[in-house]
Amino acid sequence: MSSTFTAFRALVRKDIAIFLRDRRALLVSVLTPIVVAAFFGFLFGGTGSGDNPLSRMKVGIADLDHSALTKAVLESLNQDASLEIQELPEDQALQLVRSGKLRAAIVFPTDFEAAATGALVGTGPMPDVKLLYDPSQSMIRPMVAGLLSQHVMQRLSRPNFIGTAKAIPFNVDNVAITTGPRYNSYAHSFAGMSIQFILFMGIDAGIALLLMRQQGMWRRLRAAPLSRAVLLGSRVAGTTLIAIMILAVVYLVARAVFDVRIAGSVPGFVMVACAFALLAATTGLMIAALGRSVGATRGVAMFSVLILVMLGGAWVPSFLFPEWLQHVTEFVPTRWAVDGLDAMTWRGLPLQSAFAPTAILVGWSALFALIAVWRFNWEND
Amino acid sequence: MNLIADHLQKKFGAITAVADVSFAAEPGKILGLLGPNGAGKSTTISMLAGLIKPDSGKVQIDATTLGVGADPTKRKLGLVTQEIALLEELPARMNLEFFGGLYGLSGAALGARIAAVLELTSLSDRARDPPSTFSGGMRRRLNIACALLHEPQILLLDEPTVGVDPQSRNAIFETIEVLAGQGRTVVYTTHYMEEVERLCDRIVIVDHGRVLADDTLTGLLAGAHLGNKLTLKYDVTPDVAALAEIRNLPGVVQVELAGTEVSVSANDLGTAAPRVLERLAARGFSCQELTSRRANLEDVFLALTGRTLRDT
Repeated sequence: MSSTFTAFRALVRKDIAIFLRDRRALLVSVLTPIVVAAFFGFLFGGTGSGDNPLSRMKVGIADLDHSALTKAVLESLNQDASLEIQELPEDQALQLVRSGKLRAAIVFPTDFEAAATGALVGTGPMPDVKLLYDPSQSMIRPMVAGLLSQHVMQRLSRPNFIGTAKAIPFNVDNVAITTGPRYNSYAHSFAGMSIQFILFMGIDAGIALLLMRQQGMWRRLRAAPLSRAVLLGSRVAGTTLIAIMILAVVYLVARAVFDVRIAGSVPGFVMVACAFALLAATTGLMIAALGRSVGATRGVAMFSVLILVMLGGAWVPSFLFPEWLQHVTEFVPTRWAVDGLDAMTWRGLPLQSAFAPTAILVGWSALFALIAVWRFNWEND
Repeated sequence: MNLIADHLQKKFGAITAVADVSFAAEPGKILGLLGPNGAGKSTTISMLAGLIKPDSGKVQIDATTLGVGADPTKRKLGLVTQEIALLEELPARMNLEFFGGLYGLSGAALGARIAAVLELTSLSDRARDPPSTFSGGMRRRLNIACALLHEPQILLLDEPTVGVDPQSRNAIFETIEVLAGQGRTVVYTTHYMEEVERLCDRIVIVDHGRVLADDTLTGLLAGAHLGNKLTLKYDVTPDVAALAEIRNLPGVVQVELAGTEVSVSANDLGTAAPRVLERLAARGFSCQELTSRRANLEDVFLALTGRTLRDT
């Protein structure tokens, strides 16, 4: 075993031993995200009580009827200020709802016009209009159903159709789109809160490095024949492993107590989790490199992490953001972490869906690490 | 192993921390680096330990020039930092395992070295306790033990007795003397003269980043021509004319005034003391208290810099 590896291992083991030895801090690290996630899950999970989305809802329309009525309804829906309509085939609509890119999709069946007009005058059964919706955004479903009814009834009441419609001549067949056994609202809040508190842990690791410098430990480490890569790399490795341990424990509790399942790809989940753990570690390293005093650095770092977490959709789902902000937050790494964990848990997406979040998180981690190496002051301890 | 500081210079921005420092430390000897706070001792130690690169000059260990970072030559050095650099939460043994690991030690070899340094520093019975439960002296000793695990031939001790009680200080001194007796080269920085007088074979006095003197204690005292020191305490402050008169007396080297206290350095105190007392009495100054002592390093430092170590 090379002496460099022995030294690297000693540095990593030291970080983990210190982390595990402080039982109270360990308990807080694990317990806090569980409690807060449980609270948010409860808050957002049940009824979806009457929130107003701040942006236009992206809704897909699959028109299998291609009738005058469905074309007219489509035109009418297109003019609705609260909707952003995209016409597309049914299977594509289903995929986009499943991946969270569409809030919902409406599927007009073949012969919808004939069946609906027949039902309206009492000569036939009501047709079923499928409403595919994202179960994490349950408040969207009644809104889209209401708007659909409103626009269909408006069109049916015009002279070129049948006159005055008084009752809704179709059924809405609500279909929650997820490959998992069923949607679990705790899954999203566990993703969000894990990300928030692991980033806090990353900050603590950065602050600990600043303290090591203040207390002379860093000077002592640098006296050993170790390269900068070993000294900084071991910090990243230690913090990454701690973050992975926290994520593992939090999700084990989430599985056991709140029935949060990895309905998608387990390797994909592990990939996203590891990439995010690396991001938390490099964030801490960057903070240590840029920070001067412990007090000031802690304040600025906490503020930055809270902003990152908020924009990442960890507190409030990002679909509630204004449209422009939703695009802006695509440049926020936490957004990819939240989306990646969501994709692998309740959305039940395949391994391929983990590639983009993982690559982006690793990319941000590399950027943070580069900044840390560039700005790290090796002269003043 | 010989450790040579060859015209070291280091600046931090506009501030010159070390202007020009040169000296040589020899195996089996303790070299004292004495100077006030801010004299450049710690920066010099940082360069000697390979923590920072000199702007100019070099550090040589025998024929090898010391580098920074992963330079394997650093394996020959052991640094005891001024700050107690320990993992307070972990037991003493785990601290030693950690620091040994930094130098590639593991397994039985590491275990043997841990036992040896614990015995040397008299901490064997506290190996399972964390440093947070130790006294200041014990923590200092553990700090030294951590630097000895890899058996360095050169030991750099940067003010290793700060905040330590006299008993622990003596224990640390004894440990350092044992290490030097084993043939190690020891560089010891401090701003306590007593420590240097007690421990060091050779003394390098630095101030403002420069070497002011480099010699043995005897050589420094002889070279400064300070002789012995007479301190006279009066009710009132003797006037300038009186001081000028005694300054011109034969054998008087130096005269200083601090409040109502007059300090006179003289080569032959037996001859000079009665004359000084007589002249001042003739001018109406009646001596209340008189003490005499041999000149020490403080006097040498004062003579070299014009100030005391504690002024700074």
